[in-house]
Amino acid sequence: MNKKLGLIVNPIAGIGGRVGLKGSDGEEILNRAKELGAQPEAPRRTVDALKGLVPMKEDIELITYPYEMGEDEARKCGLSPIVIGEIKKGETSATDTRNAAREMLRLEVDLLLFAGGDGTARDIYSVIGDKITALGVPSGVKIHSAVYATSPRNAGELAAFYLGGKSSEVRLSEAEIMDIDEQSFREDRLSARLYGYLKVPYMKRMIQCAKAGGCAGEQQALNGIAADVINNMETECLYIIGTGTTTRAIMEQLGLKNTLLGVDAVYNGKLVGSDVNEAQLLQMVEEKKAKIVVGVIGRQGYIFGRGNQQISAKVIKKVGKENIIILATLDKITTLKDAPLLVDTGDEEIDKHLSGYVQVISGLGERIVLKIEY
Amino acid sequence: MKSLPNVRKYHSQVWSEPVIMELGRKGERGILIPEAEDAIKTHVGQIQSLIPENMRRKTAPDLPEVAQPQVLRHFLHLSQMCLGMETNIDAEGTATMKYSPKVNEALVRLPEMAEIHPCQDEETVQGILEIIYKLDLFLREISGMDHFTFQPPGGSMATYTNANVFRAYHADKGEGTQRDEIITTIFSHPCNAATSATAGYKVITLMPRKDGYPDYDALKAAVSHRTAGLMITNPEDTGIYNPDIKEFTEVVHKAGGLCFYDQANANGILGITRAKEAGFDACHFNLHKTFSSPHGSFGPGSGAYGVREQLSKYLPRPVVSYDGEKYHLDYDRPDSIGKVREFHGNIPAVLRAYAWIMSLGAEGLVEVARTSVLNNNYLTKMLEQIKGTKRYYAPGEYRLEQERWSWEKLTEDTGVGTMDIQRRIVDYGLQSFFMSHHPWIVPEPFTPEFCESYSVDDMEYWCAVLEKISDEAYSDPELVKTSPHCAPIHLVKYEDLDKPDKWAITWRAYLKKKGKVILERS
Amino acid sequence: MPTNKPFIHPYIPNSAPGIKADMLKEIGIKDVEEIYEVIPEHLRLKRKLNLPEAHPSEYELKRHVKGILSENKTCESYLNFLGGGCWQHYVPSVCNEIISRSEFLTAYGGTPYSTFGRMQAQFEFQSLMGELVGMDVVSEGSYSWGTVAGNAIRMACRMTDRLEVLIPKNISPERLATIHTFCRSAQEKNNILIKGIEYDLETGLMDLRDLKDKISQQTAGIYFENPTFLGSIESQAEEISEIAHSRGAESIVGVDPISLGVLAPPSDYGADIVVGNAQPLGVHMNYGGGLFGFIASRDEERYVAEYPSWLISIGETAEEDEYGFGFTRFERTSYIGRDKSKDFLGTVAGLWTIAAAVYISLMGPKGFQEIGETILQRAHYAIDALSEVSGVKVLFPKNAFKEFVVNFDETGKSVKAINKALLDFNIFGGIDLSEDFSELGNSSLYCVTEIHSKQDIDRLAKSFKEVLAK
Repeated sequence: MNKKLGLIVNPIAGIGGRVGLKGSDGEEILNRAKELGAQPEAPRRTVDALKGLVPMKEDIELITYPYEMGEDEARKCGLSPIVIGEIKKGETSATDTRNAAREMLRLEVDLLLFAGGDGTARDIYSVIGDKITALGVPSGVKIHSAVYATSPRNAGELAAFYLGGKSSEVRLSEAEIMDIDEQSFREDRLSARLYGYLKVPYMKRMIQCAKAGGCAGEQQALNGIAADVINNMETECLYIIGTGTTTRAIMEQLGLKNTLLGVDAVYNGKLVGSDVNEAQLLQMVEEKKAKIVVGVIGRQGYIFGRGNQQISAKVIKKVGKENIIILATLDKITTLKDAPLLVDTGDEEIDKHLSGYVQVISGLGERIVLKIEY
Repeated sequence: MKSLPNVRKYHSQVWSEPVIMELGRKGERGILIPEAEDAIKTHVGQIQSLIPENMRRKTAPDLPEVAQPQVLRHFLHLSQMCLGMETNIDAEGTATMKYSPKVNEALVRLPEMAEIHPCQDEETVQGILEIIYKLDLFLREISGMDHFTFQPPGGSMATYTNANVFRAYHADKGEGTQRDEIITTIFSHPCNAATSATAGYKVITLMPRKDGYPDYDALKAAVSHRTAGLMITNPEDTGIYNPDIKEFTEVVHKAGGLCFYDQANANGILGITRAKEAGFDACHFNLHKTFSSPHGSFGPGSGAYGVREQLSKYLPRPVVSYDGEKYHLDYDRPDSIGKVREFHGNIPAVLRAYAWIMSLGAEGLVEVARTSVLNNNYLTKMLEQIKGTKRYYAPGEYRLEQERWSWEKLTEDTGVGTMDIQRRIVDYGLQSFFMSHHPWIVPEPFTPEFCESYSVDDMEYWCAVLEKISDEAYSDPELVKTSPHCAPIHLVKYEDLDKPDKWAITWRAYLKKKGKVILERS
Repeated sequence: MPTNKPFIHPYIPNSAPGIKADMLKEIGIKDVEEIYEVIPEHLRLKRKLNLPEAHPSEYELKRHVKGILSENKTCESYLNFLGGGCWQHYVPSVCNEIISRSEFLTAYGGTPYSTFGRMQAQFEFQSLMGELVGMDVVSEGSYSWGTVAGNAIRMACRMTDRLEVLIPKNISPERLATIHTFCRSAQEKNNILIKGIEYDLETGLMDLRDLKDKISQQTAGIYFENPTFLGSIESQAEEISEIAHSRGAESIVGVDPISLGVLAPPSDYGADIVVGNAQPLGVHMNYGGGLFGFIASRDEERYVAEYPSWLISIGETAEEDEYGFGFTRFERTSYIGRDKSKDFLGTVAGLWTIAAAVYISLMGPKGFQEIGETILQRAHYAIDALSEVSGVKVLFPKNAFKEFVVNFDETGKSVKAINKALLDFNIFGGIDLSEDFSELGNSSLYCVTEIHSKQDIDRLAKSFKEVLAK
């Protein structure tokens, strides 16, 4: 049976970048961008990605939205897509993206390829959650989300590998959707949030004849990290468990309810706070010794200031630098390439205080030394 | 740049050889066994009575029955579909694929080596004990260490031996429990991390600086009263020599830790610089890399492990000693860590290393090092001309031994990755190159090493093949991606090999999973 | 003597001065020294290495090395009865021929395309050994019997999440010392505790009462061997496995594979993990360098996941009807797992693995049956012949396979003295057990294989008489 590939292009993604506008969210910005003579990036990048799928066109059923939302790009590559839905040519919006995603979910596509930026990823995520596998073609101005492949070509190749089932190197992983508030971005004030996780394919390349094992590696590493943290847990100490999938493993092993996108608090093996905010945290650390446990945002390297603003500069200051436990698998660390870990608490003094070398827990009894910068 | 030679037409032999289990017919014999003399048979009587009934084999093992010429032919066919170092230009980096002199092979096959038993009386093995003792002396001189053992039968086993020696040392000082961490770098051989963990240590891994050099500040942040020791390679996997190596060992010593130098590959620094002067307490050499013992289709190797005086008493027992007249096996070593393998190690490798050093002498060893680094830097000049390549890190700096390169640019441009090229190179009769140890910090990596055994023509030919493949990647990427085309077999479906219902690690498992009835051999 | 002559060596093509000059010019430097500037001055060795005068000509080198080796007395020129985990069996010429091939001798890692032949040959070893031990998963050859026994025990500990192993005291001291190393941890709480199980001084077999006393819910596995180091066939094997299983422990069995044409495969008596020494299968003793081990088990994912070893699987390729080979679950190994790997591996015993594949192929089912029979017959003949010598007693004579314990208590002579005296008869007497097995008195372990003729055995018995009469 042929595999179903969904394609959604946010044609205006990336339009702001070349003209120095940070993002394309909102009609006013879009109009300003057009006035400045901006050209959309997404269609060209989508074509680059689709080229990688041309050799297997007989084996896939390409389903997409009309005109610039996928149809045009597909035809440009000589592909014959099944076109669904309706849009107003030249006037697409986030609503169209979400409508398209809804259709793709209903049709149970095997993979949803989408081109856009962080805003597009959020729109798609709000509809599909973790129900279908998706992969982003990086086209937007803001790419903070790990759901995007490293390049359009890479997205195409990965999609081909995934759909072709030809390589055991392709795994599924949960990748972060990050977005920043565009208003503050344009004002050079960053405030990013972790919106959730999409199920994306990724390639894990290893030595030895292009092959790797099953998915055991990553999960084993996460379990090891969690076991290490739990083995060293002290009594009479509050553990502030940060957001994300790495810290989730700890909560799972402790048998506690986890808030994936929020901060939880554990004390003597019991959950004492679920999805707590800054004020609650400040109150908790006022009376108790505390430790902060955080993961690392993939490809970005942030440990504070992205997706976990609840653990604010004030909280960090009270808890103390020596009580911060940082977790990351070796795979995640290699996605950072040569980049350091980053902090952005909004308080430069705290950021400076946090910078320097730290030992990151990467498995049971395993540490990797990384540098924090700000 | 000078023009490179033409690439040869090549095709591997393709025998489509059956698995041995499919060969032969019932009743064929490959070799006959010396039957017991009649007098013995008569004396002992019924064979069955010699085995307790419940321990007798009920059904004969389902082995093939193949006559001698056919067994020989089968394995000759297999050998013809295997690129040994001696049959091609083998640039597998970090492995030092050097020439294993044939005269040494003749020596190890003598009964004076092959047909001696490890428990023979010392008096009857004075020859081999002398060889072992003298190679120990040679390696002491080459490294500055004070005592070597050859018991570890491979490089990883030598690093494991080291982790055990570190443990014994700290336990003796009453700090065994406290010092439970070993520090390594991501560009050191992965066995340093693996064997430390097997020996029960927590492992701290240092990431490199942006320019690829080991990060001294990261080391400082990692050492503490919990540090048992440092276990690193230098030059690292990348070929970059760490100029701060002495500072590295000093900061570890200051914290009370020990330092181990993984010198599996020491080819570029023989007679140039030594472990002792860099402050190391222990090191190891792979006799199957630097010292010419053949790699043998992955072993047996030998990890010669040496230590400074203060660690000598912990070496595995026995060690070979010399009283001025006779050589002895000294078992009386109460502080020894015990054994890492039965008996004395892979001694033929010791004999080969001895003969290799005796052929070259002090002058020759330095010549080996100098020629190796000359070769590798000459290679750099040619490789950097090839479209799509990039030598990673530390631009402008010379490398010793291997070099870490990247096809990242080529991959971005064409979609052809290093693994595709690693297969395609076989189509030109060359051994697949070494890419990188895991994880890939450098994208699309490859790591050539041209040790002293290779001629200028060899290197130019190798580069000509890479240039050809680079051209192919730009003009016809599918050709490279679907390779190999001239190898014994085509692209393997690896994904099956990791699935429990598909993998077949023996023929009997294969037949079961294929649903094939085991046919009676006709 | 002036030494201005350029150093040119046949192993180093580019040692020729003209070639070197061209290369330097291409790199743009005057001397290799410029490359070595990456090494700080204070770390440079500023003198010549102090090594003996070399023998650069092949003739002189060969003569020199052979001269030293001639001090060795070999098991070809002497009659040898030493065994104990390194055994003298006949090595067929085809084995020597195949592993002398450059293609195998000098290959290394490569890929399934470049070193296809070695991967198939090593898969064949796994397949052939699988038939002998009766298991569907067999590893490629590894360092030694002792190291794979250590690996197997660690596998059992990880699988059961327990940290204790039971080992009978009739095990080789060399092997036990190796296992001890694998059981030790830098973090004391993670040490694997080895509990010794007594053996019966009448039979040489495991004392099951002691086993039942010592086994508990903490026991990860029982490791025992068949035949035992002291030579006996462990006939209670099935019961031992049952005792292990009753407490949720693994039954780990070490074997001498040359016995498996006549002795039951460990799968018959409940073994979960099998290890052994494959040196007897086509590899010369090499002063102990010929040793290599293997691990085997049933084909279950929970076992496969714990192997530290190379596991080569047969599979398919892009071409129809073509066998391909590759590694199964490579991420287990230290090459990928680093500090998360299952123990470690490296350059292990590839060439010996191929030698053993050739050996088993040559032997076939009939060969294994016959060699087992001939060894049994010769060993039992030897037991009787030696027992007839006054003062000499063979312990546990009934259960022997190819080795047996000879006791000299009544002769008043030490094993050491007897062995020294036997050297005058060009005989290597058995391994001295008197220190490691003091409970057996003044005893020695003798090994008889297919290579020992009646005449050889009679000569030993006669030499005994003469030595003991003195």
